[in-house]
Amino acid sequence: MNSVTQAKDKDIREDLSWSQINRDVLASLERPRATYWVLFALAFAVFLVGLGCEAYQYDTGLGVSGMNNPDVWGLYIATFIFWIGMSHSGTLLSAILHIIHADWRKPIYRFAEAMTTFSLMTAGLFVAVHLGRLWEIYYALPYPNERWTWPNFQSPLLWDAMAIFTYLSSSILFLYVGAIPDFAICRDYATGWRKTFYGKLALGWMGTDRQWRNFRVSYLVIACFLIPLAVSVHSIVASDFAMSQQPGWHITSFPPYFVAGALYSGCAAIITLFIILRHVFRFEEYMTLPILDKTARLTFAIAMVWTYLNCIEYATVWYGDSEVAKETLMQRATGPYSVYWWAMNFLGSVLPFTLIFKKVRANLSAMMVISLLLNLGMWLERWMIVTPTFSHGYYPWTWNHSFFPSLVQWGIVFGSFGWFGMLFMLFCKLVPSVSMYEVKEMVFHRKLARLHASQA
Amino acid sequence: MNNKRILGLFNDFDQASAAIRELRGADLPHLDWNEVTIKSPIEHPDVESLLGVRSIPIRKYTLLGALLGGGLGFLGIATAQGNFFQQLKGGKPIIPFPPDFVLTYEMFILGGVYITVLGFLISAGLPTRMKSDLYNVAVSGDQIGVMVKSNAHCVDAVRGIFERHHVLSIQEEVVK
Repeated sequence: MNSVTQAKDKDIREDLSWSQINRDVLASLERPRATYWVLFALAFAVFLVGLGCEAYQYDTGLGVSGMNNPDVWGLYIATFIFWIGMSHSGTLLSAILHIIHADWRKPIYRFAEAMTTFSLMTAGLFVAVHLGRLWEIYYALPYPNERWTWPNFQSPLLWDAMAIFTYLSSSILFLYVGAIPDFAICRDYATGWRKTFYGKLALGWMGTDRQWRNFRVSYLVIACFLIPLAVSVHSIVASDFAMSQQPGWHITSFPPYFVAGALYSGCAAIITLFIILRHVFRFEEYMTLPILDKTARLTFAIAMVWTYLNCIEYATVWYGDSEVAKETLMQRATGPYSVYWWAMNFLGSVLPFTLIFKKVRANLSAMMVISLLLNLGMWLERWMIVTPTFSHGYYPWTWNHSFFPSLVQWGIVFGSFGWFGMLFMLFCKLVPSVSMYEVKEMVFHRKLARLHASQA
Repeated sequence: MNNKRILGLFNDFDQASAAIRELRGADLPHLDWNEVTIKSPIEHPDVESLLGVRSIPIRKYTLLGALLGGGLGFLGIATAQGNFFQQLKGGKPIIPFPPDFVLTYEMFILGGVYITVLGFLISAGLPTRMKSDLYNVAVSGDQIGVMVKSNAHCVDAVRGIFERHHVLSIQEEVVK
């Protein structure tokens, strides 16, 4: 194998100097390609569409969303679950792969952590949007009051609030603590307002052995906390469904099914953003094709877990003793939502098989399209859990098979992608989206390993 | 009186660790090993270990935080349920354990993470004012710094050792 092929097969070039890593990543904060501004403007425009729809719904009333009995949960709840799921990307890449010492995660974990934070912030908005009357949101807050509107501690909805708050605040701390050494690098090389900004964020980090020693253990400990936390968050979201009385939802496999779906959509989103950042910030040296290849393989493995659990869900309903649940399942497969249901199954379970081909995994355009379609499939999964079930419940006189979300609902869902995109792009312009010190470690240890191997 | 600081910048970890080893071997009077510091762009546990065993109290903070979070979380929720959030339960317990376990679990993690971060800041001496310590931006780039605080006589000997190990640059300051 010649040296060119060898270099292509490596996750990162071992001859990258530490100062070059600094230069390349710091340049991304100041001189992105023009595509960055195009994407930012696009995200902002999409956000404005959502904001407009929300303002209209706020002014007119929740009726414009089209939600009514029996369809009381619509796209808002489906999209809420979708965004909670996306948040699992950071935990997977940062925490799980960190504790198993998979060092190929190092160039890409920072933006995955940022995805976690912004996905949770987006998901949180949908709770408020779904409630409709925002001016009366204080009714939902747990504080002693004379209205007797006390929280029901036995409800998974309350657990949800607690779990999401814990996950969001822990993820922000994890992201921030992990970025402190990089903020110090930015502080040392920046000028003007950026120097002050990064100086405050770096907290006076000087890279002393005392700081590194405590940093190493703290980061590992928080990573260990985040893994069970992420599992609990999506299990609790699944409990919103599994502990209800709707036909087809009362299934014990729902929590692992939701967690697998979350990891799946998070992984697919990492591929999408990987390709975008690689182009926009000229990160070809860091977000390399071998790393994309590993991410794609991981996505395929999780897709198969999701497919298995999806089949388990169908089997549980099919072989269970609830005729109504079985009828609801058949309704999904043959009723007015069947196109979306079959699309969900195809995109979630069949499309991932394209990832077994190395040529596909090495093709950026193909991977971009596939990752977007996989996430479309995951979004459809959440929608297919919510809407068809409400439209075909226990009582025939409540059936509403003609229900379709209004344009206002679609507009707000659409806008949430703009909101996420806007926050994410802003983050990447202010915070190094590639972790400089971790990439230096990766290069250093790989070079050392090669040296030892050649000596042996 | 230990009133001088010297910072030597080295090209790589090998040179820096060789200098630290010779410092150890020289057995300089007035050199307190707690006053020897490595400054580096990445962590390197092997080189850090040359300085001897230094404590990492983070796990104690974590344990304390997790226990406080879980314990106070459960007590807080149970107290609220037993008093001002009391509801008509229809024969079911006022303080239900399964739901409270879920909330306690979340509080356990929340307490653990928050106090770990607090412990990290305390143990790492952050936030700190950079003006109080010798620093060179090359440490953010690709150089390894070894800093020693001692008296003038000892610092002269340290400078000699640094120079024998191809130090790139030396900075000194008088500690006020």
